[in-house]
Amino acid sequence: MEKNANSIELRLPSRMGYEKVAMNTAASVARLMGFADERVEDLKTAVAEACINAIEHGNKLDDSLTVGVILSMDENSLEVKVTDTGEGPKGTHAAPDIDKKMHGEEEARGMGMFLIQALVDEAEWVSSPPAGSYARMVIRLHRATE
Amino acid sequence: MMQEQAATKVKVEEIACAPGAPVTVLRFSGDITSTSQAVVLGTYEGLPETAKRILLDFSKVEYLNSSGIALIIQMMIAAGKHGQMVQTFGLTPHFQKVFTMVGITKYTKLHPDEKSACAAFA
Repeated sequence: MEKNANSIELRLPSRMGYEKVAMNTAASVARLMGFADERVEDLKTAVAEACINAIEHGNKLDDSLTVGVILSMDENSLEVKVTDTGEGPKGTHAAPDIDKKMHGEEEARGMGMFLIQALVDEAEWVSSPPAGSYARMVIRLHRATE
Repeated sequence: MMQEQAATKVKVEEIACAPGAPVTVLRFSGDITSTSQAVVLGTYEGLPETAKRILLDFSKVEYLNSSGIALIIQMMIAAGKHGQMVQTFGLTPHFQKVFTMVGITKYTKLHPDEKSACAAFA
């Protein structure tokens, strides 16, 4: 079997809304792999948020740049890498402080990285200038705690 | 140009589903994302001063992301300043979990259906 027979690659325009293409592709793959509906929903949100970050912050909504999405399957897990041409996120993935948001001490936005980390089993952000940077997520069929 | 996002729609209704003043329902449909600001916050800002009990219906929302959730938080901030009570229903179990993760449940209760959400105003 070819080495890349277990991977799927997408190239998305850096345009808001196209994250749904990656989200729905990842969901289809996860369902084929046998992931439970709850985990598929977790993955959909994580992939959409990673793509939104790549489109908006990585590629700065530049239509001439693409966001890469690489889905790699193995027996027990699905890895999703989302690549862009930016320098990597400078934001935080700390839990949002809703009280600070309600009192205007923290921006209402800025929850994407927190959600990604909370919803998948592994998440990391790698900056590799000048080539770009990527977010890498792994979701496992069976969580360690199960 | 192809349509990349389903348009955000908000239908406003006044219903008498609980004793006391009428309840103003915002029934959202389509996508709630960064492009929904004018519709979401514009609709909220257009409510009359007398609207003190607000019910948010997400049962027809197709796609919601963190930018959309931020708009809901901004609406909650404004509702808090206006002394309005907000109840919520119609979120999928996944988005009930997400709303709980980000802490919105400190400011609005998530109900399984419209009936139980209305009962919370009583």
